[in-house]
Amino acid sequence: MRDARGDIRQLPGLRLWLSGGWLLLLVLAAIFAPMLSPHDPLEQDLFAARLPPFWEQGADPAYLLGTDSLGRDLLSRMLYGARLALTVALVAGTLTCLVGATLGLIAGYYRGWADLVISRLVDIWMAFPPVLFAILLIAVLGTGLTSIIIAIVVIDWTRFSRVVRAEAMSQGAMDYVASAQVAGRSRLGIALAEILPNVLPTIVALLTLEMGIAVIVEAILSFVNLSISTDEPTWGGMIAEGRTSIYQAWWVLVFPLFALFLTVLSFSQLGEGLKEYFDPVLR
Amino acid sequence: MSYLSIQDLSVRLRNGLPLLRKVSLDVKAGEVRALVGESGAGKSMIGKAVLGILPRAVRLTGGKILLDGEDLLALPPKTRRQRIGAKAALIPQDPLTALNPSRRIGPQITDRLVDILGWKRPEAEARALELLEEVHIQSPGRVMKSYPHELSGGMRQRILIASAFAAEPKLIIADEPTTALDVTVQKQILKLIREMQERHQTALLFVTHDLGVVSKISQSLSVLYAGKVIEDTDVRAFFDAPRHAYSKALLAATPKYTDPDGSLMPVPDNIIAAVEREVAAFDAQMNE
Repeated sequence: MRDARGDIRQLPGLRLWLSGGWLLLLVLAAIFAPMLSPHDPLEQDLFAARLPPFWEQGADPAYLLGTDSLGRDLLSRMLYGARLALTVALVAGTLTCLVGATLGLIAGYYRGWADLVISRLVDIWMAFPPVLFAILLIAVLGTGLTSIIIAIVVIDWTRFSRVVRAEAMSQGAMDYVASAQVAGRSRLGIALAEILPNVLPTIVALLTLEMGIAVIVEAILSFVNLSISTDEPTWGGMIAEGRTSIYQAWWVLVFPLFALFLTVLSFSQLGEGLKEYFDPVLR
Repeated sequence: MSYLSIQDLSVRLRNGLPLLRKVSLDVKAGEVRALVGESGAGKSMIGKAVLGILPRAVRLTGGKILLDGEDLLALPPKTRRQRIGAKAALIPQDPLTALNPSRRIGPQITDRLVDILGWKRPEAEARALELLEEVHIQSPGRVMKSYPHELSGGMRQRILIASAFAAEPKLIIADEPTTALDVTVQKQILKLIREMQERHQTALLFVTHDLGVVSKISQSLSVLYAGKVIEDTDVRAFFDAPRHAYSKALLAATPKYTDPDGSLMPVPDNIIAAVEREVAAFDAQMNE
């Protein structure tokens, strides 16, 4: 009498492989940046300024992706920039997720006054324009990695709260929660053992999405020069520099932009793929 | 001696609208009592009040619920939860939402044994296997390791029945357990519940709107209208000669296989009006 539904198994899919592949590559690049970089990312060489990437005429094979207007090697700068991008993505993404998901679960399952307080807070929070809010926060906290991470957590926890709350509410109305209650489970036990596992696929999808957003926020802050010290290579900083010389050297802008684009896309696709993979019903 | 005794139970919405109006009913040990009424009459609400799972928007405003002689509402919440967990169980309406989709079947059955009764895991698992066999599930070992979505609706309802009987409760509340299933499965499930109830000598409060089911499964019944018990009788007397005009009309409204050409008989408007007046008079009397 076993249902045929149980025998259907799907492969994780191309999407998961491609996005996971790019991110893995990026992680390796970040870890081994000092070994992989052909040049010091800070070393300037004004005689080698604005060299084009290797397939263009006048390229120097020593500078694979060319150089910027100060003669710094783009490839090396991007490899080092990946370090910051990934650190922010992982740390800020995870912290945001923890804070937001916990509050969302409390609001969605316990309801009552806790829900009232958290939901109103979320409403007020979301009325702030996020980028301005971030700039304001950095202005107060000062620049630096910790400030960026704090700013992202403070701005973006609402995203998790909203979604997790809605999901926890709909799960809380299911009969299996009533059954667990009749079976004498405590409220905390139900929240953790019954509701959380069913909200987890959504949380994972949101988490990876948030990592992508964290990368963007960091790039925006670097772009307006509010991230970490200006010497440090960051993708956002490179894009800002590239903007000024876009007519003479398009590559300075395009390569970091492309890396940013691929990374954010990969994070969101990874989330979708993982959600399918984790969800027992979709699986 | 009644195992479950509900006395003057009143439940209201938070805005004051009455949902249950001084409901009293008894379920004797080992007895099957049906609770019938149309949609919105408050049938399920009674079961939920007994099991302590009333929705948030609803408040218990008066009355007593005696389970095995003990007033549940007088107990502190934690003790009450444990008492209910040990002595009563629920067979829910919709088998598709009544099992946690992200947990395997096995632990979902054994949870209560381990948590409330303090059994050891292996013991509880052996018992769960036994129960699954009892509800006629083939290869119970495999089912224990399955996720709910891998099983059909009928299978899931069997599992829920097994799970309800797991801790040997002396009261089971079945909230329209066959409504979400198709007709062929309904019949098997009904038979199974009956069979399990007889074997375990459990008191059963069977909530339904199907009078045909009532005659097959229960010994006594309460008819509910607008949260008020309007008739409380044993099944034979009810089907022979219902006392209340509304009950008569309800019985006449049941389609008959013996008379397939006869048109359906809705409950006449004048009878609805009469019951409504009765309920209103009762409310007026309460408010004095």
